[in-house]
Amino acid sequence: MIVALLLLPLCGGLVAFCLPSDRFRPLLLPICGLAHLVLTFFVIQGVQAAPLPMAGNWIGVDAFSRLILLIVSLLFCGCSFYALGYLRYRIAWGNRIFVSCLLLFLSAMSLAAVARHLGLLWVAVEATTVASAPLIYYNRNRLSIEATWKYLILCSVGIALAMLGILFVAYAALAGGVHVSLHFDDILQGAASYSKPWLRAGFVFLLVGFGTKVGFAPLHTWKPDAYGEAPGLVGALLAGGLTSVAFLALLRTLQIMDAAGDGAMAREAFLAMGLISLAFAAVFVIRQPDFKRLLAYSSVEHMGILAIGVAIGGVATFGAMLHLMNNALTKGVLFLSAGNIHRRFASKRVGEVQGAITLVPISATLFLLGFLAITGSPPFGPFISEFTILRGIFNGGHYLTGTLFLFFLAVIFIGMGSTVLSVVFGKPPERKGDPDYRETIMTTGTPLILLLIILVLGLYLPEPARKIFADAAALLEVKP
Amino acid sequence: MDNYNPANLLLLLVILFNFFLLGSSRLGACIRTVAIQGSILSLLPLFLHGFSGHSLFLAGGAFLLKGLAIPFLLLRAIRQVHIKREMEPLIGYVPTLLLGTLATAGAFIFSDRLPLIEAHRGSLFIPVGLATLATGFLMLITRRKAITQALGYLIFENGIFIFGMLLAEAMPLMVEAGVLLDLLVAVFVMGIVMHQINREFSSMNTGKLSSLRE
Repeated sequence: MIVALLLLPLCGGLVAFCLPSDRFRPLLLPICGLAHLVLTFFVIQGVQAAPLPMAGNWIGVDAFSRLILLIVSLLFCGCSFYALGYLRYRIAWGNRIFVSCLLLFLSAMSLAAVARHLGLLWVAVEATTVASAPLIYYNRNRLSIEATWKYLILCSVGIALAMLGILFVAYAALAGGVHVSLHFDDILQGAASYSKPWLRAGFVFLLVGFGTKVGFAPLHTWKPDAYGEAPGLVGALLAGGLTSVAFLALLRTLQIMDAAGDGAMAREAFLAMGLISLAFAAVFVIRQPDFKRLLAYSSVEHMGILAIGVAIGGVATFGAMLHLMNNALTKGVLFLSAGNIHRRFASKRVGEVQGAITLVPISATLFLLGFLAITGSPPFGPFISEFTILRGIFNGGHYLTGTLFLFFLAVIFIGMGSTVLSVVFGKPPERKGDPDYRETIMTTGTPLILLLIILVLGLYLPEPARKIFADAAALLEVKP
Repeated sequence: MDNYNPANLLLLLVILFNFFLLGSSRLGACIRTVAIQGSILSLLPLFLHGFSGHSLFLAGGAFLLKGLAIPFLLLRAIRQVHIKREMEPLIGYVPTLLLGTLATAGAFIFSDRLPLIEAHRGSLFIPVGLATLATGFLMLITRRKAITQALGYLIFENGIFIFGMLLAEAMPLMVEAGVLLDLLVAVFVMGIVMHQINREFSSMNTGKLSSLRE
């Protein structure tokens, strides 16, 4: 079952590469997306809280994998239907590479979610980088090539640092006189007797390496460029899917540190990273003239929130797990609707895009509601998760952190708000952009459904869903 | 570890090549040097772990990719875009060489203080690995051409490869193969991007990639 989950998009990608017709090739996306979603539901249903080892302990599903698989699969399935509308609009550009890389990207993300070997996890995360680089370059202009080059070099070097971190963890086992293995279960078992200095050095490299991919400030510099220049659909998958997968790698690292009894030091590092990310995001969202780059800084902010939630522990960990889902789906809403607005106006500068609500009413409304959701306004899901994290912070007595957290969130709300409002309202400029562009159900349906999901998550958390988040949070509880 | 191990000789060669890379402005020579460095590194598993299936595979795979395939891709890339020299590094060649020397000396001093296990004490693997990492970083930071940045990334990977030699038993074949494959595909994609950069900007200077900023 799990193997099918990985092979399905992989084969889909190969088939997409061989199919000659640009018109029919995009149909593979929703087919694979739906099949992947169905398989994911079966995998989630079939597995209990205990990890299910498979294929010689190489891959297996635990509570983290279930959560990440669910997020990635939901988001990809939604985006695949949006892609039908998008690629029909851009039919002249051809889509062989685009469709194949999207499917390979899905395969790599799924592999990272179920990998139970640090080396395999690394290979999968690096594979997501190379599979997504051609996606960012889809628009084939000077700006997108600049974004692609920065993304490729920064993420490759970051991931190389993570490799060094993995080797350090292995050396910690060697120096501790324990059986050297990178199988995740072996590491968790033996971590207590690992050599501390090497393990800590390994943790730092893993944090910086995977942190580059997650986009913690100040390692986030590829993010605004890549999200700004990539098509909205790719931005949604990067900001919702890729960052969640990379965050999973960090959660695994934290699990190792917990098992070694060094969780406190790791959590401090997470907290520092989180607060720095919030601060950077708050500085850069103010007067941000480009509404897609704005979303990138919002992504930096939310990765910071996740890191803080995990660092505080207790109820905040549950909040962070919930926020992982909420952030991914809300980012889907924002990037997809921003993509529609971008196409109508053929610009993403704030001065040139005004009054979207009169020209593309549905996308503009979705963009506005998505903004309200991501900044933590009730009744959407992110409000609940951010509030849970905040409750965890104050319950734990971290008053300074809590105050800073609230302050940065308020600044970001105001900063994002001024940009978003001037995009949505106001008087539309004359004869700008592409007047023939019409919203269709293909391009507004997906963000609408994603918005409905986060609305439901904000109002009522069904028990099976709550269990997925709670199980994932339980993996990070420090066991006495 | 025996100090007269032939592996140590190879590692010293690696350091010499590091210096050559930092000081040379001819791109073709740099690519060939990285290829030779990669080929030398691919011999290490044989000296370190004997002729087992694992080490033979690792040596063969590393030689094919680091010594042949990747340099071939890069040489083709520079032939397509007709460039021969790195013209204007951000920091000159002599200062980078000095920095490289300092980093190498630092790597030797630092690795003396590391809590290594008995078998690795005094071994050249760790200082040379660290020095190569530093060289790769210097190349990445100080050079402007896309191709020299890609070379920096490769040298960086070589440094990690040296360090990984000490832990060959922890890295199963599957993973080694995956790592090498990822590296190949990454360089392949980089090569394509370089070609596009050249077509769009009529040069491969990443200094021109500066329109995206705050």
